[in-house]
Amino acid sequence: MNDRITLREQLAGMAFAAPYIIGVAAFLVFPLAMSLYYSFCNYSMLQPPIWIGWDNYRDLLTDHAFHTALWNTIFYAAVSVPFTLTLSLLLALLLNEPVRGQGLYRTIVFLPSLVPLVASALIWQWLFNADKGLINAMLRPVLHVLGQLVLSPLAGALGADHATIESLRHLSPPVWLGDPHWAMAAIIFISFWGVGQTVVIFLAGLQDVPHELYEAAEMDGAGAIHRLFHITLPMLSPVIFFNLIMGVIGSWQIFDVPYVMTGGGPGRSTLFYSMYIFEAAFNQLRMGPACAMAWIQLLIILFLTVLAFASARKWVYYA
Amino acid sequence: MNRKPALRTHLLLLLAALAYVAPLLWMIDTSLKHEVQAVRIPPVLIPHPIRWQNYVHVLRDPQFDFSLFARNTLIIATLSALGAMLSSSLVAYSLAKIRWRGRGLVFGIVLGSMMIPFPVFMVPLYRIFRELGWIGTSLPLWVPAFFGIPFFIFLLRQFYLTIPRELSEAAVMDGCSHFGIWWRIMLPLTRPALLVVGLFSFMGAWNNFLGPLVYLTHQSTFTLSVALQVYQSRSGGTSYNLLMAASVLIIAPVLILFFLAQRTFIRGIATTGLK
Repeated sequence: MNDRITLREQLAGMAFAAPYIIGVAAFLVFPLAMSLYYSFCNYSMLQPPIWIGWDNYRDLLTDHAFHTALWNTIFYAAVSVPFTLTLSLLLALLLNEPVRGQGLYRTIVFLPSLVPLVASALIWQWLFNADKGLINAMLRPVLHVLGQLVLSPLAGALGADHATIESLRHLSPPVWLGDPHWAMAAIIFISFWGVGQTVVIFLAGLQDVPHELYEAAEMDGAGAIHRLFHITLPMLSPVIFFNLIMGVIGSWQIFDVPYVMTGGGPGRSTLFYSMYIFEAAFNQLRMGPACAMAWIQLLIILFLTVLAFASARKWVYYA
Repeated sequence: MNRKPALRTHLLLLLAALAYVAPLLWMIDTSLKHEVQAVRIPPVLIPHPIRWQNYVHVLRDPQFDFSLFARNTLIIATLSALGAMLSSSLVAYSLAKIRWRGRGLVFGIVLGSMMIPFPVFMVPLYRIFRELGWIGTSLPLWVPAFFGIPFFIFLLRQFYLTIPRELSEAAVMDGCSHFGIWWRIMLPLTRPALLVVGLFSFMGAWNNFLGPLVYLTHQSTFTLSVALQVYQSRSGGTSYNLLMAASVLIIAPVLILFFLAQRTFIRGIATTGLK
């Protein structure tokens, strides 16, 4: 066996990879360096950048809008990622059952992930409309019955005061996008609608779990729950890990849906990290702070990924 | 092993399917209603009369030149798909089938760069494209696709690795160059994977919002996503029937493409016997 790389192979390899090598230089390394440099500059794009040292980073320490955007994004990621992962896994298990119309069910769950996010945002803005939206139209009668027949009698039996009982009799649904807390809840809820691709990846992973394992477990009399926790989940753990990483990276970059649906409001309750970078750069022409924030975002994502890889040793099982 | 799925499974599947399809159905439903009927409480389930005029209204709106935006988007999406298929398959071939010093490093960069969030590049790329005089044109949205997309390079490389080495070695014996192997063996054998790359990049470009928002400055160059957002803020969120009709028009091509390609994929995978 000849291990030497011939000059011809070396040149061919580089020639075939040339588009990417040039692309890396032009669209990756050079912009990364520029972005890092700008993050230490006062720069509006209209005048040349002026070096100001750590000022942009220092100013972020006292920038309340930045803190809000950071916190909103952390909250969104911390809630949305575990819930969408669990939901997609459950859906994949369900869609893996051999039922009639399986293909149709799979297609239906996958379809929403194909919908352009701008259109998604508009559809859900309409569904979440406080007065005329379908969601509140369905919630109103439910809350009415619940308040009249369950909650207010219960409060009465527990000896609550008259005002409390009256207010429980007239429960009204949230105003969703008009309420700071419910607007965030709505945006998290929308992320559940777009899990199609994650579900497909889980489904592919389920096909690779050896059948013999289930058969052996069944012979030993293991129940469905036991099989899930001792066969399916361990065998699926590399796929769960992959989807976790993708979910974390994606959730930190959420932009389209809140930008179109709420514009970051009400107040700054749905202002997310990438939206604030965009606003700083292209509405306020504060390129320096925008680049500083982008670099912090990159470091956070890098840190979370390293953390995930470090934890993987404990729970990801490679056959 | 022949377990019959329980009734509970059927019910859960029905419930899930209903939850996932309902928003799309309600969008179509609203798009076919009169403005007044669309906002009636309690909601009217079946539109009567069915107002196809809403679609005519959207297509003829002088403020929302649908055919122009569709053409802009189609051009960008097609060029992105072509660029991604061509460049990613070349690079993937180099990483999978040619032995050369530095390919490990390049593959590492491919994997690592998938993690970098777009905002890091947003400002410098804007500067670069401005120096090139590309701001306000569609060039920033499709030219980079010709320089290889990391995720697709990774995907195609995995596919090329499954092609037996004997095949390409036999071709080399016969005096075939790498270009010949790539063109005559790899591309035909991995057509389904290449189609997946084309489809994904087409849809990615069709759905892209932040890119066009940053780089397109004139309304005449807008893509459908950006135009839809402008359309929404212009109509002030009042006439949801028209907004939903516009949304249907933007979603429909993606869904049609998906259904057409779904069959191609299955046939492609079945005939090449890859799986």
